[in-house]
Amino acid sequence: MDIKSIKSQFPIFKNKFNGKPLIYLDNANSSQKPKNVIDRISKFYSKEFSNIGRSVHTLAVTATNRFEESRDLMKKYINAKSREEIIFTKNATEAINLVASTYGDKFINRGDEILITELEHHANYVPWHFLRQKKGAIIKFAKCNDRGEVDIDEIKKLINNKTKIIAITHLSNVTGVIMPIKKIVDLASEKKIPVLVDGCQGAPHLKLDMQELGCDFYAISCHKMYGPTGVGVLYAKKKWLDVLPPYQGGGGMIEEVKKESITFPGSPTKYEAGTLQTAEVVGFSESLKFIEDVGIKNIMQHEKEILEYGLEEIKKNNSVRIIGDPKHRGSIISFTIKGIHPHDIATILDEDGVAIRAGHHCCQILHEKMGISASARASLGIYNSKDDIDALSSAIKKCNKVFNT
Amino acid sequence: MDIKELYQEIVLDHGKNPRNKNKCEGFNKEAKGHNPLCGDKVQVFLKLNNDKKVEDISFEGEGCAISIASASIMTETIKGKEFNVAKKILEHFINMLKEGSKLSINSLSQDENTTMMSLSGVKQFPMRVKCATLAWHTFIHAAEGKEETVKTEK
Repeated sequence: MDIKSIKSQFPIFKNKFNGKPLIYLDNANSSQKPKNVIDRISKFYSKEFSNIGRSVHTLAVTATNRFEESRDLMKKYINAKSREEIIFTKNATEAINLVASTYGDKFINRGDEILITELEHHANYVPWHFLRQKKGAIIKFAKCNDRGEVDIDEIKKLINNKTKIIAITHLSNVTGVIMPIKKIVDLASEKKIPVLVDGCQGAPHLKLDMQELGCDFYAISCHKMYGPTGVGVLYAKKKWLDVLPPYQGGGGMIEEVKKESITFPGSPTKYEAGTLQTAEVVGFSESLKFIEDVGIKNIMQHEKEILEYGLEEIKKNNSVRIIGDPKHRGSIISFTIKGIHPHDIATILDEDGVAIRAGHHCCQILHEKMGISASARASLGIYNSKDDIDALSSAIKKCNKVFNT
Repeated sequence: MDIKELYQEIVLDHGKNPRNKNKCEGFNKEAKGHNPLCGDKVQVFLKLNNDKKVEDISFEGEGCAISIASASIMTETIKGKEFNVAKKILEHFINMLKEGSKLSINSLSQDENTTMMSLSGVKQFPMRVKCATLAWHTFIHAAEGKEETVKTEK
């Protein structure tokens, strides 16, 4: 695969930062955008823009069609059964909040249990915490082991008659573990417990097939998929969308409004209140086309190669501790360097144009479990190469030098 | 932007071997500081006498080299100073970090000024100003008897 040619589609790499070419290893945070995505937004505003779904003039029809095409592409990309199962949100956080709020309202009562794991990003814990406060529900945390994995037995142990939903990450944004979602869904379906998957890191790096995974809800962050910010997707099985109440109220999501009562249409309209991030959703269709052009299997293969090389190279440095050692790992290497705080690492790497993230990556519970308050994280995208890993390795050596460790 | 200006010898020394990193004996005031974005935490212990003079000061906590060094340097600089003088020193310190102004504080010795100046490199790294000021703001909170945790994000 010609990574150089793929990388050349991303205008950001034409710039220099601190006088150095950009080595972008912060993809788990957000990915860069190919030119087609950027241009699509500009073209939409220049030639096609109108609000969608309301007016009947030509522009409104065009804009609506473009917007809905994006939904169709997404439906096809993740192999959903119908386009009604694709709801656009402002981000994956909102997608999870939508489920916690609507499913929680209808199906979760005092003493009911929500099963999550110690791996979860705050976005897949805080919404459930709100529900815990509001409804008196209980949150159970499946334990993470030293390898940075949650063993399926840990989940099995916690499932009981009070378990009302299982919410779990597809790919941990800290340890990189790829969770066996299908097995978890099989386990849950024995007891008819719905499963929500936080797919923020899964969607950009793994082949997605909702029929194969079988989960009930899947939350996607489009800006991590080479797409615009402000777009998230909630995939939800239609059987849930038919029975769950609306989320936010407002324009566009109603059927009939009377002084005495209001009725609502079906999904996705019911869940898309107000004017949405129209241009960004349209722009996102180009991200999906980009991913399909490269091919998700090629992306997976390439990232696996770079990941393995990265782990191998970084392990050569004795001062580095890599967080977790999962059997199935994707796209993420979190690490610490003995005697150097992750923020200092990030600052020193930045001087060489190497962009990584430092901190708890919105996973305080996991960091506490690992006995650290923060870590440094290099996370991959399709444009990364072995050269980027070499730059990372030598920048890590520079940290050792600056701190004399 | 030069990394060596940020991580000067004095800063690295204080970062690796922080002074007064303990609970000082007989402290009568304390406060906590937290930077929720990066997880830096600091706790300042202060023995303030009736004349509002800092008889003793120490800290505990975890964080990056900049935040630990700054806390350590603060305890050395502030100890023995009147609270009002300490507050003035902080003003000068913040000016140095944000505006890049040179530090020449009359109430400090040449050595103390030099030590404080070792953090001047932070000016070129605006994201790190919070690291350098967390302990200082926590000290002010402790002295003024404010109970809520100092937070860099509001």
